[in-house]
Parts: sequence; structure tokens; C-alpha cells
Amino acid sequence: MSEATLSAIAVAERPRNFRRFWRRNPTLLIGGGVIALMVLLALAAPLFAGNPLAMDPMHRLRPPSSLLWFGSDNLGRDVFARTVYGARISLLLGVTVAFGAIAGGLVLGLLCGFYHRVDAVVMRVMDGLMAIPSILLAIALVSLWHGGVPVVIFAILVPELPRDVRLVRSIVLGVRERPYVEAAIAGGARTGKILRRHILPSTIAPLTVQGTYVCASAILVEAGLSFLGAGIPPNIPTWGNMIAGSQLYLAIAPWTIFCPGIALAVLVLAVNLLGDGLRDLLDPRLSRQP
Amino acid sequence: MGGYIARRLASTLVVMAIVGIIVFLLVHLAPGSPAAIIAGDNASPAQIDMISHQLGLDEPLPVQFGIWAWNILRGNFGTSIFSGAPVMQLVVGRLPATVSLSLVTIVFAATIAVTAGVLAAWRAGGVLDRCLMGIAALGFSVPVFVVGYFLIYLFAITLHWLPVQGYVALSSGVWPWLSHLVLPALALGLAYLALIARITRASMLEVLSEDYIRTARAKGASSLSQLFHHALRNAGVPIATVIGIGIALLISGVVLTETVFNIPGIGRLTVDAITNRDYPIIQGVMVIFSGAYVVINLLVDLSYSLIDPRISR
Repeated sequence: MSEATLSAIAVAERPRNFRRFWRRNPTLLIGGGVIALMVLLALAAPLFAGNPLAMDPMHRLRPPSSLLWFGSDNLGRDVFARTVYGARISLLLGVTVAFGAIAGGLVLGLLCGFYHRVDAVVMRVMDGLMAIPSILLAIALVSLWHGGVPVVIFAILVPELPRDVRLVRSIVLGVRERPYVEAAIAGGARTGKILRRHILPSTIAPLTVQGTYVCASAILVEAGLSFLGAGIPPNIPTWGNMIAGSQLYLAIAPWTIFCPGIALAVLVLAVNLLGDGLRDLLDPRLSRQP
Repeated sequence: MGGYIARRLASTLVVMAIVGIIVFLLVHLAPGSPAAIIAGDNASPAQIDMISHQLGLDEPLPVQFGIWAWNILRGNFGTSIFSGAPVMQLVVGRLPATVSLSLVTIVFAATIAVTAGVLAAWRAGGVLDRCLMGIAALGFSVPVFVVGYFLIYLFAITLHWLPVQGYVALSSGVWPWLSHLVLPALALGLAYLALIARITRASMLEVLSEDYIRTARAKGASSLSQLFHHALRNAGVPIATVIGIGIALLISGVVLTETVFNIPGIGRLTVDAITNRDYPIIQGVMVIFSGAYVVINLLVDLSYSLIDPRISR
């Protein structure tokens, strides 16, 4: 067969492959699709959404209409613009915390799995951190350690750490007994090289899945903190801040609460679905850790 | 069994000691001394020094920790900066609301979740299973406060079936008390319910493929008896564990739920303490909630042998 026919077959098969992939991984594609759409909307916000900060006292608490898609809030601000700009904060924060927590979990987990002394100390601290309810720990960090957004990110990241450290540690403990790792140790490879070349690759698939769950949880905790007034400063339009600011208007202007609320729920659901899909795709045996 | 209990108790004490150290350091490593917080924004350096001395903040850190921990062991969590009342007294005053909300939520969520999980496993892959697991996925994703406002809008503002917000003590009647807790418990319990339902389903699926279930079916046991008598008891340990672990989820949710529904509980106390930077309250609540979580999980672990007698051997 000529090369041209082969590539023609490949092109013809692509839709069928995609259909099969779609049938096997519906959650992955739905989750990924919704996230891609939200990222796109958030990035392109200045092109189509109005000013999220502009107040218009003449048009307070207006219901959704063709002009104001999601209505306006108690200060006459455009709820649609605020919801779209709020997505930026949630996405950015979710991804930042996910990367931070996974990186931290990876470093600590690798050390714990390889050095018994580090293990004894770090795992006890992790046990302690796990016993403190995450939102209380975050509230304490934010309210005592003034310092704006970096402290908020840190406060959301710390309670996420223990589960990631445990996950990496359990993988390392499992893998280091494998013959190829023992062979590398016997061959005199340096510890750094063993960790990098022989152990790190085993952690990538489970950590990708775990990262999406951390991202979903971080978005929820940030919204919760902002809602309680212990998160991102109230002048920045985040979904939690929008809901907190509209609490009193539930009866007369429910859209001011439900629009950001539904956006939040859809995004978190999409991230969770992506995580479930990735889990099924990368490692069917790996189940969600409670 | 005695050895197991002793080991489990010892590890619980270690965890609580670590929690104490974390909570203590959280305040003492924070920028700006506690004395400056107490003195307020307009205090002179001399005033701050005086308060520092009164609080023993000029002692070395380990000594301060020792004094703080000793006081906590005697039930003295310090005094609120804002109101001047002892933290313990404030917490005890708020306890009935929080305990009511938590108990109603646990009972309702665990009952529904275990039943739903069992039914989903019974007809795994069927319509019921997919619906239940879809609802569970939703339960993980919709935040407590969004569900809460939705429930208030639907059942209280639109339909007028239940009160909007607030809390009524049990002493003024069972129905007034319960009617104020139905919506908060629903909102708070959703994520918890989803977690328990998922684990119940997974645990039941494993057990249902065992030989003794086939035996039970062969000897003519009814479906109900097969599921709840033969299978559920054997699937019980993971379910009990997740009911215990899920308490952490519940506690974080309590803080949000009490804010949405204006329930004067410990969560509300904590949120009010944020704006005042009332750190003794935040510290005290953290220690108390973590302690409750650790003790509940200790009890759950110790109950394994009741659920599954094979474990004590």
C-alpha cells in the first residue's frame, strides 16, 4: 500500500476512533469540554462582557433581560460580567493550588517514602493537619496572617497537602520493593537518580488524577472562604464574594446568588468529571480517596 | 484487643498533641504579636509591652506552649478579646445549636446514603444506580451555601413550607426545633451523603460477589434479607470508617451552613471571630472541633469489632 492510501485510511478512521473514545470516556470529554469552554470565556471576557466593577445606581436589582443577561446586583453592577470575570479567579486559583499541592506532596512524599526519619516526623504533622477541619485551618491562617491573595492561596493549599503526601508515599513504598528499583540500588545508583528515573514516573498518573480533585476542592474552599469574608478581598469579583454580597437580596433578586452559584457548581462538577474520566483512563484500579 | 485499644489511644493522644502544636504556632508565628491584636490599632508600644508581659508573651515559646496546653487540659481556653468572656463559656452556649444540626444531619444523611448505596449496588449499572451516582457526583460539586440558598428560596420563600432561617431550642417543642433544622441538614448533608453512598455502593459490590451471598440466595433468602442481613453487615467496616472520616467534611460545612441559615452555633461564633481577629476563639474552636473529630474516629475504630466480630481476633 502506498503512503497516500495509508494516510487516507487514517483520516477515514479518525471519526470512528473519536466516536469510540467518546463512548468509552464520556465523563472525560464532557468535563474537559465544559472546562475548555469556561477557560475560553474567562480569557476572552474583555471582548464580550461589560465592566464587572462599574456601578449603575439607576439600574439596581434588575432581573435578567436581553440587555443584562444575568441581571444586575444591589449596586447596579452587571452580574454576567462579574460571573465571567469571577471564573478567572476560580480557575487561576484552582490550578495554582493544584500544582502547588501536588508539587509539595511529591517532594514530601518522596522523602517520606525513602527516609525513615523524615517519614516519622512529616507523617505525624500530616496526621495533625488532617485532624483540623480544612476550612477552620484556612480561616485561622487568613485571619491571623494578614497578607492578601498569597496567604489565601497558602491557606487553601496547606489543608490539601496531607492527602497528596500520603498518596505519593504509598506509591513510593510500593515501588521501592520492585526488582528494578532494587537492581538500581544494587547497581550503586545515587538516591536522587533512583527517585527521578525509577520512582517518579510511577507517580505521574495517580498525581494527575489527584491534581484534578485538589483543583475542584480548592475552588470550593476559596468560594467558601470568600463567602465567609475570609478569602479574596471583597472588592474583587469572585463567585464567593458575589454570593456573600447578595445574601440580603435572596427574596427579591435570586439571580444575584444563583448565577454565580450555578457557575461554581458547573465548574466544580466539570473538574470532578474530568478527574473521574482521567482515573478510568489512566488507572482503572485507582479509586477515589475519601 | 486490649493491646489494640491501647495503641489506638496512644496514637490519638499523639495526634491531639500535634494539633495543639500546630494551633499554637499558627498564632505565635503570625506576623504581629497577639498583644498588638488585643491592644488594638491605636495602642502605644508601651501598652503593647504591658499586655505582652501580662499574657506571658515574653517567656520562651516552649514555656508559653506548656502553659497554654496545661490550661486547655483544665478546660481553660482563654478569654475572648472582643467580649471578654471565657472562650469555654461562649462555646458551651453555642453547643446545643451545633450539636442539634450535626446530629440531625448525620442521622438523616447516613440513613439515606446507606439505603441508596445498597440499592445502587443491588441493581448496579441500572437506571437507579446511574441516577443515584449522578446525584452523588452532584453532591460533591455543589457547595453547601449554594444548595442552602436554593433550598431557602424554594421551600421557605416560594412555597412557605418551612421557616427561612434561625434556630429554635428543643425545649420549645420538637416540631419547631426540627422544622428549623430540615433545610440546613439537607444542605449540609448533601456532600456527606454522596461520600457515604459511594463507599456503601463500592463496599456492597465487593461483598455481593462473595460465595455466601450465592448460598443465601440458593437457600431462598429474600432480596431484602440478602442485602441488609447477609451483605450489609459484612460491608459495614468501610461504611463506618467513611461515616467517621466524613465528619471532617461535615465540620467544615457546619461553619458555612450556620452562616447561611443564621444558626447561632459554634460555626457562627468562629465566623464572627474572623472580623475581630479574636484569636483565642479561633484557637479554641480549632482544638475542640479537631478533638471531636479525633474522638469520633477513635470510637468508630473501636466499634469495628462490634460490626465485624472477625476483627477482634
